[in-house]
Amino acid sequence: MDPYLIPALDGVAYGLLLFVVAAGLVLSFGVAGILNLAHGTLYAIGAYVAAWLADGGWAAVPLALVAGVAGATAAGTALAGLLTPVKRGDHLTQALLTFGLALAGGSLLVSAFGPEDLPVRVPAALDRPIDLAGHSYAAYRLVFIVVAAVIAVGLYLALTRTRAGMLVRAAVDDPQMVACLGVNPTRVRVGVLAVSGALAGLAGVLGAPIIGPGPSTAATVLLLSLVVVVLGGLNSVVGTLVAALAVGEIQTLGVALLPTAAPFLLYAAMALILAARARGLLRRWSTA
Amino acid sequence: MADVLITEALTRRYGSLVAVDRLDLRIAPGERRAIIGPNGAGKTTLLDLVAGAIRPSGGRIRFDGRDVTGYGPARRAQLGIGRIHQRPAVWPSLTTLDNVAVAAARRRGGVRRSRHTAVELLDRLGLAAQAGAEAARLSHGQRRQLEIAMALAGEPRLLLLDEPAAGLSAVEFERLGEVLRDLPEDVTVLLVEHRLDLVYALADVVTVLRDGQYVATGTPDEIRVSHAVRQAYSGAVA
Amino acid sequence: MKWLVLLPAVALAVAVPWLVDDYTTATLSRLLVLGLVGVSVALLTGVTGLPTLGQTAPFAAGAYAAAQVGLHEVGGPPVQLLAAAGVGAAFALLTAALVVYARGVVVLMITLAIGELAITVASRWKAATGGTDGLIATAAFDSDRARYLYALAVVGVVVTLVLLALRSPAGLLLRASRDDEARMRASGHPVTAYLAGAYVAAGAIAGAGGALLVTTQQYVSPADFSFDTAALLLLGVVIGGAGSMLGAVAGTALVFAARDWLSGLLPGHAPLLLGALFVLTAYLLPRGVAGFDWRRIGRRDRAASPRAVRRANQEA
Repeated sequence: MDPYLIPALDGVAYGLLLFVVAAGLVLSFGVAGILNLAHGTLYAIGAYVAAWLADGGWAAVPLALVAGVAGATAAGTALAGLLTPVKRGDHLTQALLTFGLALAGGSLLVSAFGPEDLPVRVPAALDRPIDLAGHSYAAYRLVFIVVAAVIAVGLYLALTRTRAGMLVRAAVDDPQMVACLGVNPTRVRVGVLAVSGALAGLAGVLGAPIIGPGPSTAATVLLLSLVVVVLGGLNSVVGTLVAALAVGEIQTLGVALLPTAAPFLLYAAMALILAARARGLLRRWSTA
Repeated sequence: MADVLITEALTRRYGSLVAVDRLDLRIAPGERRAIIGPNGAGKTTLLDLVAGAIRPSGGRIRFDGRDVTGYGPARRAQLGIGRIHQRPAVWPSLTTLDNVAVAAARRRGGVRRSRHTAVELLDRLGLAAQAGAEAARLSHGQRRQLEIAMALAGEPRLLLLDEPAAGLSAVEFERLGEVLRDLPEDVTVLLVEHRLDLVYALADVVTVLRDGQYVATGTPDEIRVSHAVRQAYSGAVA
Repeated sequence: MKWLVLLPAVALAVAVPWLVDDYTTATLSRLLVLGLVGVSVALLTGVTGLPTLGQTAPFAAGAYAAAQVGLHEVGGPPVQLLAAAGVGAAFALLTAALVVYARGVVVLMITLAIGELAITVASRWKAATGGTDGLIATAAFDSDRARYLYALAVVGVVVTLVLLALRSPAGLLLRASRDDEARMRASGHPVTAYLAGAYVAAGAIAGAGGALLVTTQQYVSPADFSFDTAALLLLGVVIGGAGSMLGAVAGTALVFAARDWLSGLLPGHAPLLLGALFVLTAYLLPRGVAGFDWRRIGRRDRAASPRAVRRANQEA
């Protein structure tokens, strides 16, 4: 097991990163009923901002966090604004619109930051290996795991312990409920997409050294977080977390253990889970 | 003769709300049974349970001696359970004629074959002139008539009617009464209806429900004078 | 009236390779192929009500099957076509259980995942697909003109078959299932089986498109089946009116032609303009997208759309 400690730890880092991104996707899908194909682009905004501002010093970290989260939140809000004329439940138009925005947004990011994958400099103090049970491991990743775990716990508490969080969970369980509560659906949509953008931006800034900014970042992040959301059962916080960690491990530990089969493993798991739950899910989805 | 529909301790809960509560019903072949009761008594839920549109939280349903509790709606429809919905459900992009033909297709060996019956049924329900029009263009009352034609076209042995008279004009109401009276004698009917004139004109037996529970069963005359029934209604109002 | 438009259009389509150069002919062949895949997307998205981003998967399966049939000298284009359609259908049969129980946005997510899985397999399973290098197929016809006419004939036959099927009772059953599924079940119809049937048929059509791709392009690689392709197919189908098969061919061809033209015109900025095209379509054609029924547009004032009726049903 020992040689696999490092990939396993990487898997945790990767998984927690995916969890934060996927949480935003679950939110927009579950509460507002929107399949946001531009979600990966929101992550990319955070990641590009991090790469642009980070200079190896500590001062850049809060700056990048604020700028990245603000940028992605603004983009999420703008997305909600653009989606306003589209009827709720018109998934096809929403998908076309968000995909179009993802294409255009990706193109704008490339013209702003260039067509290369950008390196991201972490604070110098963290940019060194540390000793971990006889292995050397990147300090940044260890710190990232701690920070991401704190964010994950924070998200969990916000969803289970606060009034807003409980409303969100109730809305995910029963999409009709939002309408029944008399809450203005446009405001719900703006709020949800703004928060979802903030989560993606946060993940982008913190995760830039792990999934770095580049022309293919948005697509990679979108697909992986979609897989996480589907594997997690589309509606549960814990399910999403477990799925995110599983996907993270498959992408890292899986590659180390079974280099040839790893890419299939992800989708095979997805196919199996979907097939096993298809009938049960039908009843849930058909009411949505 | 054995009862055609039997429910045993049939129960349906929605969270803490019990919509149908351990209900035992026995309905004889050819019987015209009306279910009445105040709003929220569980009447529509009962029909949904019998049709298989929703699953019971407990209890069993037997149709024609067969336990159909685990059957889906399509399979029950094929056994001969036909229904009309509280909100008339038709296929808006199909013509009126095709609506009836498709509705009857499974029981009559295909869409093409069932078109002949469809013409005749539309005539009886006063929809002949609309046969070629898309159902989307029908009025509310016409859509309700159409759904009745759709249910009848499948020659059901048990017909579930959920407020068939709601929203009908006087002429349409008259025609509905005629059509229901003209049903073949062996067709069993389970009728949920607020208009008591239709209930008393059509039903052999009336069952009163309240809060998902059985209150009383009797002939229309018995129910009309029953103290328990009046209490069930007044209790609901108070 | 319809024939007055259709006949000259067909005549023009047949005559076109004599009117333009070989390069344009080859481009048109490729657009025809994508148009055929568009038909399979329209069959699911518009007629059946299962919006899909995953028809690139049976498209790919068919293409690689056809390429292998050609490389192993099993048979010429017609054999490849049948093999590809069969493989596409078999692929759909295997994945049907994942798709036909879901509805709406969940179908989009699942089909997207299926499409991505197909690309992953295509780029890794080197023995069958040549990996990211792709496969060079055996040349079938000796001119671009012949390849174009072959593609045109196949697309014409398949579209005619689909149109005939949609006018048959089978088409009625699919439309009724899309209109109101619960009512179908209450009438005894096994809706899920119908959807599975349509999904398998769409898989066969996309698979046949794969064989045509191999014949016309004589080369196949994972890049032909990217997520962008899936999204562009959906866009083309929506522009074409979602429920209309000829509209799907035209819309898909138009979208891909626009993409090729834009990337030639403004290299590097094509995604921006393409993205704008998506956004414009979403805004300008919401009724085409939402109602799936363009025949109604001319008489919107007199007739309520199916969706409006359903809403009225619910509110009544």
